[in-house]
Amino acid sequence: MFEEYKGVYVIADCFEGQVRKVTYELIGQARLIADQLGEKVHTLVLGDKIADKAKDIVAYGSDFVHVFESPLLARYNTDGYTKVITDYFTEHKPNVILIGATNNGRDLAPRMSGRMHNGVVADCTILTVDKEAGLVEWTRPALGGNILAEIVCPEHRPQMGSVRPNVFKEMEPDYKRFGEIELVKFDLKESDIRTKFVDMIKVAVGGIDIAESDVVVAGGRGMGNQTNFECLQELADLLGGAVGATRPLIEKGWTDLPHQIGQTGKTIAPKLYIAFGISGAIQHTAGITGSEMIIAVNNDPEAPIFKVCDYGIVGDAMEVLDEMIKQIKVSKNNA
Amino acid sequence: MELLACIKQVPDTSEIKLDPETNTLIRTGLPSIINPFDMNALEAALAVKDKYEGTRVTVVTMGPPQAQVSLKECLAMGADEACLISDRAFAGADTLATSYTIAMAIKKMEEDIGHKFDIIFCGKQAIDGDTAQVGPQIAEELGIPQVTYVCSLEVKDGDVITKREHEAGFEVLRTPTPLLVTAVKALNEPRYPTLLHSIRANRYKVHTITAKDMAVDVARLGLKGSPTRVRKVYNPPLRIAGKILKDGVSQAVGTVVDELKKKELI
Repeated sequence: MFEEYKGVYVIADCFEGQVRKVTYELIGQARLIADQLGEKVHTLVLGDKIADKAKDIVAYGSDFVHVFESPLLARYNTDGYTKVITDYFTEHKPNVILIGATNNGRDLAPRMSGRMHNGVVADCTILTVDKEAGLVEWTRPALGGNILAEIVCPEHRPQMGSVRPNVFKEMEPDYKRFGEIELVKFDLKESDIRTKFVDMIKVAVGGIDIAESDVVVAGGRGMGNQTNFECLQELADLLGGAVGATRPLIEKGWTDLPHQIGQTGKTIAPKLYIAFGISGAIQHTAGITGSEMIIAVNNDPEAPIFKVCDYGIVGDAMEVLDEMIKQIKVSKNNA
Repeated sequence: MELLACIKQVPDTSEIKLDPETNTLIRTGLPSIINPFDMNALEAALAVKDKYEGTRVTVVTMGPPQAQVSLKECLAMGADEACLISDRAFAGADTLATSYTIAMAIKKMEEDIGHKFDIIFCGKQAIDGDTAQVGPQIAEELGIPQVTYVCSLEVKDGDVITKREHEAGFEVLRTPTPLLVTAVKALNEPRYPTLLHSIRANRYKVHTITAKDMAVDVARLGLKGSPTRVRKVYNPPLRIAGKILKDGVSQAVGTVVDELKKKELI
């Protein structure tokens, strides 16, 4: 019924001429899906002067790279990207499309689905394949991360979903891999893009990005006040990590949005996560359960965070923080 | 200007608790609220109305008859008109079928008032489904531009200037009307209902749009019109709770620091 729909396609997520890490995470997943379905991995890269990135995309596991270059695509824009991609897909019919669940990806995916009248599953965190039925099983959290729903698109193609960044690990790049790179000709005029770019106001993320860091030290309401919260930086520095926070702290203005961990903030998957004075509401723990080791500090022995941690310390956040900084310093000096 | 706010009645997921005995969700008895991001959408529309005389704010929702309660709440905050899209034929709709239905209802409303909505305001996502898809899909069905994750909005010389949240900062965009925007929490602080508006809301008769009121393709409605199918719903696997150290701060920290050394994290 859907024989003409072939290939697992990834839409690369680029920002200011760079391919964002989520793209490689998607290619890794696309590789697994394609191998199970006996199909190929394709990646669509849109941008201005972006063709030199194609070799990286091949190294990370894509069989084909289709490059769309134009100054009109230098920045993500809904109208331009939707037109170029869906025009391409009227001729080349994909079986599966993966898009990064970034703000841009979550802007693009539903718009494409509206144009192609296919199903789209948002913000997936688990991808599996029903080989018999030839279906991707898209699993996503719902109700604020309280439940997981497995969704399929049995009667429509392409099967499409956005995938949350930082949930899957990318493959080791292999620059000896063979892949085909193609510059695609397409039709796009300035007047096709109704939304005009005015400015990009960058927010300096103090220190290291929590989503990229191997170690994240975070604080919650139990830190008491902003001065205490800022003491977490010293521990983070000692461990070479970044400082994160729960939503209430962002709302209090103790730190900025890029530091927010959880359902409405960033999902993190560091090697080590240390939570100080965080009770562990589901909205928060939804963003940390991918961490390799979780250490939680809370003065309430009943705090739900203790249900998801590897080590829990019952005690005052500041007292434990000071002691931890002291002992780590001693340990480093002895090393 | 004609403004439209799209809202959704949702269970208050922040009230969800885990059953401490079974570690499963207690999902019953959750209060119904207006999706919080939709409150920001409505507030943004009302703020534009405050600034531009002759502006009318209409609020629309798709849902069962009891969703009228939410519409009345919006009227009590200052919305002028309210419309409920409700029909058994819409049941079981996924985001694509939902957005198609709402878009067709919007076309019908535009026909009735003889004017297109200049700005359609949605929340960035609903807290029950968290998909963030219906807004962009409505915009596509209507063929109008969209700006998602809007945290600041201003009407200027007939265009709409928006600041949009991006992982790296904020994107400033200028878009001609008509357009659809989706609101984040940072956009504003929703106002409280007023007595005068509440009295009017009580008396107001909400318009209902059903399937037969619109020129719809019935194959695109409800479950039948939904490409996605939920196969199963389950509780996320819990991490196994680890060691809880209660033996005094210095000892407990010692245990943890030793473990970090073993894992070569120090």
